[in-house]
Amino acid sequence: MKNLEDLPRLTGPEELEALKTRILPRIAIRKDPNAKPYNDITHHVMICCDTGCASSGSRDLVAAFKEELAVRNMDKSVEIVVIGCHGFCEMGPLLVVYPDDIYYIRLRPHDVGEIIDETIINHRPVPKLLYHDRESMRPIVRYNEIEFYAKQNRILLANCGHINPEDVEEYIAYDGYKALAKALAKRDDAESLLDEVKKSGLRGRGGGGFPTGRKWELCRQAQGDKKYIICNADEGDPGAFMDRSLMEGDPHRLLEGMIIGGLIIGAQEGYIYVRAEYPIAVRRLQNAIAQAEAMGFLGQNILGTDFSFNIWLKEGAGAFVCGEETALIQSIEGKRGMPTSRPPFPAVSGLWGKPTNNNNVETWANIPGIILNGGDWFASYGTEKSKGTKVFALTGKIRNTGLAEVSMGMTMREIIYDIGGGIQNNKQFKAVQIGGPSGGCLPESMIDRPVDYDSLIEAGAMMGSGGLVVVDEDTCMVALAEFFLSFTRDESCGKCTPCREGTTRMLNILNNITKGKGKAGDIELLEELARNIKLSALCGLGQTSPNPILSTLTYFREEYKAHIYEKRCPAHHCVDLITYWIDVDRCIGCGVCRKKCPVQAIDGSPKKAHTIDISKCIKCGACIGACRKNRAIFKK
Amino acid sequence: MSVISPQSSSIDLIKLEPIFETYKKVVRGSLIPVLQAAQETYGYLPSTVLEAIAKRMSVPISQIYGVVTFYAQFRLLPRGKHVIRTCQGTACHVRNSSLILETLKSNLGVTPGGTTADQQFTLETVACLGACSLAPVMMVDNEAHGRLRPERIPEILAKYRS
Repeated sequence: MKNLEDLPRLTGPEELEALKTRILPRIAIRKDPNAKPYNDITHHVMICCDTGCASSGSRDLVAAFKEELAVRNMDKSVEIVVIGCHGFCEMGPLLVVYPDDIYYIRLRPHDVGEIIDETIINHRPVPKLLYHDRESMRPIVRYNEIEFYAKQNRILLANCGHINPEDVEEYIAYDGYKALAKALAKRDDAESLLDEVKKSGLRGRGGGGFPTGRKWELCRQAQGDKKYIICNADEGDPGAFMDRSLMEGDPHRLLEGMIIGGLIIGAQEGYIYVRAEYPIAVRRLQNAIAQAEAMGFLGQNILGTDFSFNIWLKEGAGAFVCGEETALIQSIEGKRGMPTSRPPFPAVSGLWGKPTNNNNVETWANIPGIILNGGDWFASYGTEKSKGTKVFALTGKIRNTGLAEVSMGMTMREIIYDIGGGIQNNKQFKAVQIGGPSGGCLPESMIDRPVDYDSLIEAGAMMGSGGLVVVDEDTCMVALAEFFLSFTRDESCGKCTPCREGTTRMLNILNNITKGKGKAGDIELLEELARNIKLSALCGLGQTSPNPILSTLTYFREEYKAHIYEKRCPAHHCVDLITYWIDVDRCIGCGVCRKKCPVQAIDGSPKKAHTIDISKCIKCGACIGACRKNRAIFKK
Repeated sequence: MSVISPQSSSIDLIKLEPIFETYKKVVRGSLIPVLQAAQETYGYLPSTVLEAIAKRMSVPISQIYGVVTFYAQFRLLPRGKHVIRTCQGTACHVRNSSLILETLKSNLGVTPGGTTADQQFTLETVACLGACSLAPVMMVDNEAHGRLRPERIPEILAKYRS
């Protein structure tokens, strides 16, 4: 990877093509197993170091590889490439060895020697470190043959996990900035570029699903001496991390999308508003912006034309409501991030009173593909009204957690069972929560419908940013609604009364229900409050805050009733409605539970039945886990 | 107002100068980045620092206090040696993060926002760390600990205690 000052400044599309031709041999062994080594480098070891894999220990793996290669004097022939998210976070830390294209999972530093001996020296896989198919238990060498990847359609995440995100030249080798060159050639006819975006049918990936082309047209037509574009990278929906992975794994794609957007809309400056909780994404973006400026993709006279555009990075300071575009604008201006009423819409009067267009990371990152391959290409994926692909974050009680990009219109069942591998620990599927705190829960009966913007709204949920949290029989749906309400109550900015007071009131009622203090009429009161808040709150956060309650009331009303009328939590989750017991006939007094209890609530002498001190017990369940063999501890 | 903190008298305001220098060129909207940089320097935002920022940037202290108390990131009180941020996101919730928080609370003897008497740990909650595939997760300083179970908490804390 080159230093900033060594990067060439490009002054035209021909220079970009020429540079690409020069770079291609460097990465040839990743595309063709028989390619010639470049500069005597015979192998590339690609190690994922984004947030997920890093917390599973991938940085230790990088260090171990470097050390071992140096000891064996192989560090000149094997290149360690730090990559972004491969998507299969459950199996991290993971790596791919080229040219053999072998995919290893859940590695520890002590596995490094064996990979060097077998794979790098002898070109053979190490079977015990490969992914094993869940049903046949057969080891799988190539990642795209794994069930998790087989049904995906990775057109947006194409580079994620395949290029070094800190090296702009690798992005260029994979056709990076080619769309920008194409757009610049047509800059006198920006209308035709806008037509491609419209034709693609792309809709906002941040939640609302507003047609991107139409949104851009409004801002393009607005009067103003200066215009701004904003990338909303304040990915606040708990359970969603696709924007983080995109920024960490392929930051230049986002920049390229924004530069093209600036060109079409007629903006001179763009802001990326990114969460401070994503330190790796912030660093990668800073690096990418510096590289793009050095090479002439950003700044004055981009690629030798008269088009100039700058991108600034703004770090958020931790406020969910800043995902709402008017609040986000307030925050960029240095104020409390409180939404303002519309009209005026940001397209007319946004940042510092100027026409402003705001899209999220995934939307912007889709633009280079659309410009390069045409709107029709993008529209060939997906359903009639929802085009293209969508990245979903699979989390919760699902086997294969991670990121999956699929064509719109795939059924939820395929996503959860074919890609996600079904429910952990052979438990029973109960619901899937989609759309974050503004979304809803879908039960088993709804998961065979094709997933797109409109079908989800019909079912009482919404696309949101695409976080899918799968829950099983052990999850209490009332407690889940309570969880979301406590989130929106905390994150309510307090400006309008329906949201500030309404979420608090709804949360109080839910707190009572889960504590066994619910009473007749609570359900009806919740529904009345929910309807009123939906109608009267100022911004999207407030208006959608009742959705988790409404959807659980629609599909899981019986659970509410069990809590209220029978003082019973059917999922055995709500701690005020359950107690832990030790069955004296089964307990053999082994003492394992006593040692595992984090609050010393279990007492007893060896080989005699133990007891639980109910006043100390925090009902954490550690003892049940410890007593799996004898099953002497239970909750009721 | 809780702005007044005991350490205020020993704060070295000279350290603010490079921050003002960096953001001098940014004409508008630099209040939040300045506050972020100041917190990075001092670990929290003492009242004397807020007053100095107000004076230099010609922004009323009331407005600064409004911004500081709006965003979760800003802290008006000093923190312990290690900061524990336990994730309260959806994915963590359905994998029983509430038990992780309960275990932390009973082990440390503090509630979220609080610092232990020996100044070793500050306990905080965070809406989502974006490491949902490793749920339930907590960060101690900059190190993420994933796939937590309540019984693992005491050993993890012991590693940081000095």
